[in-house]
Amino acid sequence: MASSFRQPRVTQRQRQRMVFVVTVVVGLAAATALVLYSLGQNLLYFYSPTQVLNGQAPADRDFRVGGMVVEGSVLHDEANPLTVYFSLTDYRSQISLAYTGLLPDLFAEGQGTVASGKLRADGVFVARQVLAKHDETYMPAEVVEALEQGAAEPIGVRMSPQ
Amino acid sequence: MTLLPELGHFALIMALPVVVLQAALPWLAGRNPQSVLLPFAFWAASAQTFLILFAYLCLSYAFASDDFSVRYVAEHSNTRLPLPYKLAAVWGAHEGSLLLWVLVLAFWTQALVVFSRPYALALKAQTVAVLGFISVGFLLFIVFLSNPFERLLPSPDEGRDLNPLLQDPGLVMHPPILYMGYVGLSVAFALAVVALINKRLDPQWARWLRPWTLSAWSFLTLGIALGSWWAYHELGWGGWWFWDPVENASFMPWLVATALIHSLAVSERRDTFKSWTVLLAILAFSLSLLGTFLVRSGVLVSVHAFASDPERGLYILIFLFVVSGGALVLYALRAADIQSKGVFAPFSRETFLLINNVLLLVSAAVILVATLYPLFMDALNLGKISVGPPYFNQVFVPLALPLVLLAGIGPLLSWRRADMSQLGPIVTRFIAPVLLLAALVPFAMGRWSAPVFVAVAMAFWTILVMLYLFIKEFRKEKKVIVSLGFFSMLIAHIGLGVFAIGAALTSVYSAEKELMVRHGERLSLSGYEFELLRNEEGVGSNYRAFRGVIRVYDDDGKVLAELYPERRTYLAQPDNPMTEAAIDKNVFRDLYVALGDPHSDGVRQRLRLYYRPFIRWVWAGALIMTLAGFLAAYAHRKKQHA
Repeated sequence: MASSFRQPRVTQRQRQRMVFVVTVVVGLAAATALVLYSLGQNLLYFYSPTQVLNGQAPADRDFRVGGMVVEGSVLHDEANPLTVYFSLTDYRSQISLAYTGLLPDLFAEGQGTVASGKLRADGVFVARQVLAKHDETYMPAEVVEALEQGAAEPIGVRMSPQ
Repeated sequence: MTLLPELGHFALIMALPVVVLQAALPWLAGRNPQSVLLPFAFWAASAQTFLILFAYLCLSYAFASDDFSVRYVAEHSNTRLPLPYKLAAVWGAHEGSLLLWVLVLAFWTQALVVFSRPYALALKAQTVAVLGFISVGFLLFIVFLSNPFERLLPSPDEGRDLNPLLQDPGLVMHPPILYMGYVGLSVAFALAVVALINKRLDPQWARWLRPWTLSAWSFLTLGIALGSWWAYHELGWGGWWFWDPVENASFMPWLVATALIHSLAVSERRDTFKSWTVLLAILAFSLSLLGTFLVRSGVLVSVHAFASDPERGLYILIFLFVVSGGALVLYALRAADIQSKGVFAPFSRETFLLINNVLLLVSAAVILVATLYPLFMDALNLGKISVGPPYFNQVFVPLALPLVLLAGIGPLLSWRRADMSQLGPIVTRFIAPVLLLAALVPFAMGRWSAPVFVAVAMAFWTILVMLYLFIKEFRKEKKVIVSLGFFSMLIAHIGLGVFAIGAALTSVYSAEKELMVRHGERLSLSGYEFELLRNEEGVGSNYRAFRGVIRVYDDDGKVLAELYPERRTYLAQPDNPMTEAAIDKNVFRDLYVALGDPHSDGVRQRLRLYYRPFIRWVWAGALIMTLAGFLAAYAHRKKQHA
């Protein structure tokens, strides 16, 4: 035990560096593996209603969709009053959504919303989570962009914002 | 309409040349402690504090007096807003919160001028100068790009009101305290830069840095805990942490600052880890700036991102590059010269602190990757993505959990070289009761869970070892003040244990229900019964409330509480009813009720029920850590002067 104290200082320092380097490398390797594995599983892509209708969104995994809630589209299910149906628009296309649960504060017709969930075979987006904007001036950035893209590409009949 | 807003703006403009003096004079003085320029620099720092405080009070007065000719006031206040919220609305949005940022920076600078009696006056002046440089950057930004005093003419009769979510006691305290932490890290940053410039990195330097870092860390801890508590009871989602990008923005500097206070302990005691400590000080404040950029530029897709303005974002980004980039270049140039004297064996307290640092830094890195990755993807047009909370739970928890156990081992080992005889007897003494107690917890909660067992066992171990060390040290040293720094470390680790218990139990055993109920109907959740008795109308100072009266019973049918969750309609924003949850709380569990909108048939009511076991322990743990941090700051300052 005592012998290591008598060794030249350089060796001690080198050993110290070894400990340091090995710890860091092992830690980083483990973390990188975890990060890559977990990121691959938990990335949520965002699509506009038009992109979803064009079939660009994946059918087998979760994603997010955003737009304005179409006026007059919010309907509560008769049989299960916690289930609500509504439509989102980017003023070019519309997509129908179903959500079971309490809608967040600030969710309203004519307002921007982002929902995450999965596309059902019949084309209805089943939302697991619905987020509404949190401020008078704030609109989810993705929704703004989706709306701008919707408006930028001219189409025959544009849906009125109402 | 008064001229005070113009005076406030003028004070900010006046502060600019003053703070330029503060940033420049100490360098002109060189290393001459007798130079007349030094007192002049300190005087400039005080003048800066006065001017910014004056501007801040002008803005507060504009809010208090409903001066809607000021655009910022018109957009974020309302005549019917209660006065405390008017004053808190000053920092409710972009412009005002940045003014608060520089004000807090001025306070920290002032505190450094007044309280710090460093070993060299010239170094103290240079530290003040570096802080001045940071202040110049923010003042330029406020004066030219984000003026809170901008007039709105013709002025409206009524303001738009503060976001109802922000009308809450949690908000009143959360940002200023968080900023005290964020900005407080600038002191550690400035001291690190000055040490690099002067090539003076000795234990004395670490001793000087320690109280400042500890106080900033304590404020940061408290600020994050308050934010978590605010989100829990205000957002109505019943959670205490959402891995929201803005939460991450405050959590990353916390993790690095935690690494820093541990690394500092080694630098001071053992005169090693010095280069590493300096790097951490630079990184911690850089992450603070990055957080400011992320939150304030609106680049994040986040529930918090209130403002979106690319020009402002670009400015903060460039400033971030100048400050952090400059410091890192300086570090790269000088790091090779830094000599660490203390050596240590692979099995020693130093090694455990090293592992602690690596884990904390890697945890911060994995959060950083997931926070920035979507921004890069978006910038490269590779799609709009976000990273779901499961990522953070899968990656962060395995990295961070070992820290709970390390906190219960490191303090047992001696510096330099430890041996198993220090650990062995304690392990044999404590391991059996700890494992037994930890195994009992899942059974008491009603369901076996291996993760809970592991987390709780680690937490019990750490708490028990800390208590043991506490008694041992107390017997040895009767004068508490001598060991105060050591005691505060023990208390902080107990806080970590309490936090871990709370986080583990509430994550695994929480339960919730969302349903539609009739008056008089009984619902059960985790052994509790809830009955909606009736609905009522109520009136608050600036809102109308639709209220539910809910009685809670235990499983014997005894009445435990009556809860009144509300949906509030703020008079200034009648289209947006806000949920105000009602919570019955005690040490072991929260019962949390939020009201949804009533069914159109007028008879039924949507309701959200949550059972949250041990959730108070999460914040209690954070509070214990905060108190321990302040205690340690006090202890190390005492030691500095002893």
